[in-house]
Amino acid sequence: MTDRMSSVDRRSFLKTAGAAAAATTLPISLVELAFADPAQNFTFAYISDAHIQHIAGTRFVRNWDRGLIRAVAETNLLTPAPDFVMFGGDLAQLGTKAELDHGAEMLSKLNAKLYCVMGEHDYYLDLGEYWSKLFGPQHYSFDHKGVHFVVLNSILTTDDWTYKRWPTAEQRMLEMAGLDNPNGSPFMVGEKQRAWLAGDLAKVGKDTPVVVFSHSPIQKIYKGWNFWTDDAEQVQALLKPFKTPTVVYGHVHQIQYNQIDNITFHSVMATAWPWPYPESYAQAKAELNFPKMTVPMNRADPFFERDATGWQTMDVAGGRPTLKYNLYNNTNRVVGFDPRIGMPADSAYQDPAKRIPPQTHY
Amino acid sequence: MRKRSLVVAALVLLVAAFVGHGLLTADEFTKADLERWDKEYMSVVAKGRALWTSPELGTNGVACAQCHPNAANTHPESYPKFQQQLGRVITLGEMINWCIRQPLEGQPLALDDPRMVAMQAYVAYERRGVALAPNKH
Repeated sequence: MTDRMSSVDRRSFLKTAGAAAAATTLPISLVELAFADPAQNFTFAYISDAHIQHIAGTRFVRNWDRGLIRAVAETNLLTPAPDFVMFGGDLAQLGTKAELDHGAEMLSKLNAKLYCVMGEHDYYLDLGEYWSKLFGPQHYSFDHKGVHFVVLNSILTTDDWTYKRWPTAEQRMLEMAGLDNPNGSPFMVGEKQRAWLAGDLAKVGKDTPVVVFSHSPIQKIYKGWNFWTDDAEQVQALLKPFKTPTVVYGHVHQIQYNQIDNITFHSVMATAWPWPYPESYAQAKAELNFPKMTVPMNRADPFFERDATGWQTMDVAGGRPTLKYNLYNNTNRVVGFDPRIGMPADSAYQDPAKRIPPQTHY
Repeated sequence: MRKRSLVVAALVLLVAAFVGHGLLTADEFTKADLERWDKEYMSVVAKGRALWTSPELGTNGVACAQCHPNAANTHPESYPKFQQQLGRVITLGEMINWCIRQPLEGQPLALDDPRMVAMQAYVAYERRGVALAPNKH
């Protein structure tokens, strides 16, 4: 090794080593959509929940910074390059300009086109004003290679909570930032945005694959931690007329997947830190509605700073995304819709006999 | 003789006090006692929750609750346990100190520091009802 090192210049060695490392660890969490015509298949990358946290001056929490920097760098190494990159919300921890600017600077290194989703940590300081200056509208849609993509701002809540409850914007932000804070308020898409969604979808053929990106799950899993959207059923009702609707959400910092009627649900990983599965909160059991088909990710090992965090690519084939989770200190996972059982399944662990001890959460 | 009768009288009084006053009995307590003790305990749990959700134990603004909402995934029922990453059996307090040092970038607490006691009281309270499971991984 020493001899070889001396015969190659350091720069080209590092380049090769970087490519070799990428080859062994990628893909991370890619989303792939596949079509009957394979030429229509494409891949995009999904990074979420960076929670960039300002300490003071030029100091930010190093741990969370490293998660986003790594995801961006690895996304740029993907071959072939993803068609676009989604950022799934919670770029900031407390919604400040310093945090959003620092996060935007890191995201600016991405080679591919970037689309962003609003998270509650980005929103509740100034109600999304600065975020919108940086990233544009808070809900919108776009078409790509035959798929209709919709981005929702699902982390809104009641006017009373938003405008009347708190003496300062800073306190409102802090109250919503605590996941288990009983002073928080359930997320919702809201009537106005649902009306916009109905209008947007009215222009789309029912056979067109529809993929919705939201920050919170458009399903009700555990209200205590806002793994929840209060008007989930009304949004689902707008998606049900379509043949293969899919919802992809962040917020939960863990692998989840579900099937409700014809709607497929997938969550994406956080780059910042993992969250426990709600079943591991001993006092939550009675009010839990956790998707039974989900094979959990491994329990986090805190001694590996990036364990149980990651990002994903999505391969789009047949209109439905297959998620490839890039897990930094764990075996990568692949979860996609399995037409034989009519619901999403993990490619390796779905059979209970194949599961491993760290996947048990208690 | 007078001294002796004084001692006897004192003993009689002492016995009477033990029999007549619940406060001085070692093995009996009342509903009011239970309520007071619960209040004392819950006030410490509340202090623990406040510390758990605040950044004051660290230097970088990070709080325990950021990764452990409702103190979930801390498994107090499994401690003391063989913490495989450290290669020895440790208490929950030592693991809390590990987290204060690493993700919170703070200074560890003495294991009998009232703040450490409060956080352990909070963790145990959130985990109430779960059976002891020494060394469960």
